[in-house]
Amino acid sequence: MQWPEALQPIWIIARREIRDQFRDWRILAPILFLTAFFPFLMNFFAQQMLDFVRRYGAELVGERMVPFLMLVVGFFPISISLVIALESFVGEKERGSIEPLLSAPLEDWQLYAGKLVSSMVLPLLAAFLGMGVYTLGLALNRVTLPPLEVVLQVFSLTFFHALVMVSGAVVASSQATSVRAANLLASFIVIPMALLIQGETAIMFWGRQNAILWWAVFGLLVLAILLVRVGLAHFQREELLGRELDTLDLAWGWRTFVRHFRGEARSMLSWYKEEIPRTLVEMRWTLLIAATLALVGLGLGVHLAQRFPLQLDLSEVQTNQRLSQWTTLWPMGSSYTFTTILGQNLRALFLGMILGSFSFGVLGVLPMLTTMGAVGFLTQALSNNGVPPFLFIVAAILPHGLLEVPALWLATTATLEIGLGMITPQRGKTFSEALLAGIARWFKIMLGMGIPLLVLAAAIETWITPQIVRYLLFQ
Amino acid sequence: MIQTEDLSKAFGDFIAVDGVNLRVEAGEVLALLGPNGAGKTTTVRLLTSVLRPTRGRAWVAGFDVVQHPQKVRAHVGVLTEHHGLYARMSGEEYLLFFAELYGLRGEDGHQRVHALLEQFGLAAAARRRIGEYSKGMRQKLALVRALLHSPPVLLLDEPTSAMDPENARIVRETIRSLRAAQHTIVLCTHNLTEAETLADRIAIIRRGRILFNDTPEALKHHLLGTPLYEIRLAQPWDGSLPPLPSDVEIVDRGSDWIHLRIGDPHQTNPLLLGVLTAANIPLLTFSELPRSLEEAYLRAMTVEEPNAMA
Repeated sequence: MQWPEALQPIWIIARREIRDQFRDWRILAPILFLTAFFPFLMNFFAQQMLDFVRRYGAELVGERMVPFLMLVVGFFPISISLVIALESFVGEKERGSIEPLLSAPLEDWQLYAGKLVSSMVLPLLAAFLGMGVYTLGLALNRVTLPPLEVVLQVFSLTFFHALVMVSGAVVASSQATSVRAANLLASFIVIPMALLIQGETAIMFWGRQNAILWWAVFGLLVLAILLVRVGLAHFQREELLGRELDTLDLAWGWRTFVRHFRGEARSMLSWYKEEIPRTLVEMRWTLLIAATLALVGLGLGVHLAQRFPLQLDLSEVQTNQRLSQWTTLWPMGSSYTFTTILGQNLRALFLGMILGSFSFGVLGVLPMLTTMGAVGFLTQALSNNGVPPFLFIVAAILPHGLLEVPALWLATTATLEIGLGMITPQRGKTFSEALLAGIARWFKIMLGMGIPLLVLAAAIETWITPQIVRYLLFQ
Repeated sequence: MIQTEDLSKAFGDFIAVDGVNLRVEAGEVLALLGPNGAGKTTTVRLLTSVLRPTRGRAWVAGFDVVQHPQKVRAHVGVLTEHHGLYARMSGEEYLLFFAELYGLRGEDGHQRVHALLEQFGLAAAARRRIGEYSKGMRQKLALVRALLHSPPVLLLDEPTSAMDPENARIVRETIRSLRAAQHTIVLCTHNLTEAETLADRIAIIRRGRILFNDTPEALKHHLLGTPLYEIRLAQPWDGSLPPLPSDVEIVDRGSDWIHLRIGDPHQTNPLLLGVLTAANIPLLTFSELPRSLEEAYLRAMTVEEPNAMA
């Protein structure tokens, strides 16, 4: 099928929905209000704000306020896109109009994209129109307009805010069993979006927005792509028609978890001898990605140590004093140190898994990046201060790191796999099942390999590494 | 043409369709009968590639429902249980929207839409919002949607349930003409009279399994036994009857009527009439007692063990 031909059904679906939106006063009324009235209110507010801060010589605050208000003017109309997108699939299901559409000769992605486009067009049009009216108002009031780059950034941010919210909401709509359930899921979109906008606002007021806001735009683009991918991967006609109930089925959740945790193993021994190696083979490409990320973390640490050189006071007296303080806090060779190290490592990796589950695996790489970054930074910082890095690595990191880093590597890989499971089409698996399967795999890898390695690493770090450090570095 | 082999669908532990074997030829109407929740809608959804079978296979218009879902959908017209109309659109806009989705664009789409609107008596209401349509008009509109792309296979769920007799007749005539034009039609209905008058074959489904699948007459024969005949007499007769052929059994008798069960009507009926006439019995009428499909259906529902019949 040629591209123009393949794209045509998307436009047919979107056009029908947009026409429908133009006939729904519940959508039109707020959009008209936010386009026709709200920008003037913001103009007035900007003018008042500028006059007020000028009296105290704080024109800078006013200048920074102007693009921020433009972002606000754009954001309110696009927030309506969330409502439209949330009911895109599940609303049709509730009204009984989804089945003829599902029976039409459309590819899943065409149906999905049609809904995505239709949810965005009208609110975005209103947002851009509102922002235009606001800018025109500024010009008429002879307020200095923000630089063109900032205006472009604000327009781009508005577009990508809409894309992220809509793609997230369409995922919620295609997975939820009722509009009510979809609305409840919307908090997972609204809250992060609110935090994000606060962050962007801070950047705008900070004033060094040029590069950073483009990074924010890029981040939103990546997030939107991931969300669209998740939506497409888990869009199943069958699920839209099959599920009717919202009840939380804990028994099903537990059975699913156990099934994926056990895999094909019939005994504890076969689980260890066959299931774990099989899982590792399945994860081979992700292991490679995680290894690359570890090297990136190491490189970043080295780079940061070079960019922000740290002057270390490594005089013998100072070092001995600090060592003695540390050994008071963390008694060398004590079981308390052992449990603390082990607990800290487990907590960090578990948190990584939780973060990864909410961010398609992306935030799950943080423990790996920060740990490897810290190693790289310390190594370079010591080198900058005349301590041979090789000796530091051999003495202070390698003994327990030989076990701890592989555990970290495996945990990060399993966390990335959770995200991959969510964004990859899983025939016959629902979104929840794919998520549970990923979490079960994480626990499988951790119980089978990660935790034993961490226990050994903590023991070495408690009882052996300090001895080696003392022997090699502080003779 | 539709063919299924061991077609099954389970939702978790619940088996909605269990080993269904069907074959519906071109130019044939199959009525799928069964109580609510028997698996009729799931079977239709499997045949439109909206659901994937958990076991077995199905071919619709020559295409495998799993391998070629798009082609299956393009060759099927489906009237769903919920009509799936958009209340804010006009009937014409709605049909043009689906016509475009099925590849009928521009003038072709317009012509087809208007011809069907005319055929089903909806032309006058074409520009009105669907929200203003009556139930029957909505059902007709949904049926028109199913017919838009002239699909070789039609899956119709309760096509006349909300219609007045006049409109129901139009729909029934349409189904007959579609059958004559070699369309393959599956009719899911609770209207047993309609099923009997329209269908070439009846399939009774219960708890996901096809219990019976045959012509209406064969089905009645199988479920209700050999047909009953009634002799009506011109005047009360209390005399004894002459010796009757061996496969004739008198089931019941009144003063001016006799109910008989006849083993082989084709052979026995002429003989029987001869015997009765010779005995000067005042015959008024001799006819088969009508037996409704409803009786057969209700009997089928009492069958304990599924007795699948190809």
